[in-house]
Amino acid sequence: MAGAPKLNLKQRHTGRSVTKPIWVRIILTLIAIIFLVGFLLLPLLEVFAQAFAGGVATYFATFKDPFVLSAIRLTLLAAAIAVPLNVVFGVAAAWSISKFNFPGKNILITLIDIPFAVSPVIAGLVFLLLFGHQGVLGPWLEAHNWKIVFAPAGIVIATLFVTFPFVARELIPLMQSQGTDEEQAALMLGANGWQMFRRITVPNIKWGLIYGVILCNSRAMGEFGAVYVVSGSIQGVTNTMPLEIETRMENFDFTTAYTLATALAMLALITLIVKTIVEYRSTRLLAEATE
Amino acid sequence: MSIEIQGVSKHIGKFTALDNVDLTVNEGELVALLGPSGSGKTTLLRIIAGLETADQGSIVIDGEQASKRARDRNVGFVFQHYALFRHMSVFENIAFGLRVRPWATRPKNAKIREIVLSLLKLVQLEGLEKRYPSQLSGGQRQRVALARALAIEPKVLLLDEPFGALDARVRQELRRWLRRLHDDLHMTSVFVTHDQEEALEVADRIVVMNHGKIEQIGTPQEVYDHPANPFVYNFLGRVNLFHGRVHNGTVSMGEIKVDSPAPSDQDNVPVVGYVRPHDITIAKSRNGKATIEAKIQHINPVGPIVRVELERLDDRQPIAAEITRDQYYSDSYTVGDLVYVTPTNVGVFLDYDPVI
Repeated sequence: MAGAPKLNLKQRHTGRSVTKPIWVRIILTLIAIIFLVGFLLLPLLEVFAQAFAGGVATYFATFKDPFVLSAIRLTLLAAAIAVPLNVVFGVAAAWSISKFNFPGKNILITLIDIPFAVSPVIAGLVFLLLFGHQGVLGPWLEAHNWKIVFAPAGIVIATLFVTFPFVARELIPLMQSQGTDEEQAALMLGANGWQMFRRITVPNIKWGLIYGVILCNSRAMGEFGAVYVVSGSIQGVTNTMPLEIETRMENFDFTTAYTLATALAMLALITLIVKTIVEYRSTRLLAEATE
Repeated sequence: MSIEIQGVSKHIGKFTALDNVDLTVNEGELVALLGPSGSGKTTLLRIIAGLETADQGSIVIDGEQASKRARDRNVGFVFQHYALFRHMSVFENIAFGLRVRPWATRPKNAKIREIVLSLLKLVQLEGLEKRYPSQLSGGQRQRVALARALAIEPKVLLLDEPFGALDARVRQELRRWLRRLHDDLHMTSVFVTHDQEEALEVADRIVVMNHGKIEQIGTPQEVYDHPANPFVYNFLGRVNLFHGRVHNGTVSMGEIKVDSPAPSDQDNVPVVGYVRPHDITIAKSRNGKATIEAKIQHINPVGPIVRVELERLDDRQPIAAEITRDQYYSDSYTVGDLVYVTPTNVGVFLDYDPVI
């Protein structure tokens, strides 16, 4: 019967076939902890210590600096555009890849991975060569008075590119494991396409989708390389938070740099916490789906 | 409401899934599509449902050409693995088909509740409406899937391997229950199965399929007692093969001679006689009858009938026989005994390799 081999699989999964002696486990755990403290926790604490070195008042005064505010605004704007667009794209791509068979499917999967494979700096360079003054589309854009490179538009495009795969990559395995049975059942019960998508597909991929959005968002806000190339680092115009931090560091304005860094770090921490919760839920969902 | 399948063909790549299939399912009938995997039975069911489209032919449900889109066909479909909505409670699963109706025809919440609770009563799952699919056993999930399909008051009910994923005991219980339910509701139903026992027990009529074609249509008794061809013989239960030749309308298989009704136009051609194990009689003495001599290889005396495995002395071919417990004890057979075998009720077909 179908139940028997499945049971074996499960046992293999949970059963501990290899048991390490206690001292090996302690040493391995210690190495992991030392690594985490040395390379993650200490630098993070240092950032916070430096930010608050001038006192709490100085810390909060930093957020009144117009360049700082502009950087925060641009970062939020880039994320606010890139994340929803990538959600739409990611769901569409994952849907078509997991629920249909069509020629060129593998090529599409590879294309989705390109932003992961290519260095962000090169990605930025591509846009520079495409939209820049010397670029292919540069003269045409200038003729129409559209500024992309060294303008917020370029930041948004570069961010879009590097965050491209996150949602799709997260959803494809989930949707593949869930199959199309439930969607077909909904159709047989008289649901139209939209009802099927909203009532069946979306609830089933909800946690995977949220996880993808979180990853996408943290990358969108933290991206440096690609954005750096197309931005030109104009304070108050094209500097995002990571770029502003870099500018301040170069100008020896460490307090502001560290303060902005804490803001980004806080963002990362919140993301990490949400991510942990969502990850727990989505792996459980994936396990249920493959059961 | 009847279903008429007219000249339906379907190709998947180079593979012919269905080859010009004609079938009429009468109103109120419970029909089984029976066949090995790859015989096209599931494809046919999905074409009736509208989940797949035929290359040729048409489906007429209740005298009307079935609409193109699955969701407009008003057909109840129970999926092999139930396909329950995992994020919805049992109640919401069953209510789904009512809730997605256009506003004008959608029942009020109180009415939906009434319908769902009465369906839960029908499938004997009262009190489980707040559970989620993951909290149900296989048999319970199956019944929820059935209640969900019935909620839209379908014209016909289609079931894809309805008991395939259940263990043997639950399967037996559930198929008797499904038969009783069908007798109460009298809804035109078609179910797909590869299990001949299931088809023989549950269905009013059985459609035996192989390689995208219908091999035979008939009541369980017809297809079991009078198989139309070697494939049906082989597929519906165990069968013994006796090779022989036909001559002047008489088939000779060793000493055994049988009048041959089947391939009478040909003379002196090789034929095969098909005999079910329970149509084999064995005896300790020849009694003056034409018989085949065989040796007992193995006896399985568990259950109401005793299975005896024999080996012919002449060509060392195996023969399977089934005898009653009474005969087993009165004749007291043991392994190694020499016995005399007489086939009764032989089905004769021209010799060719049976396709299984």
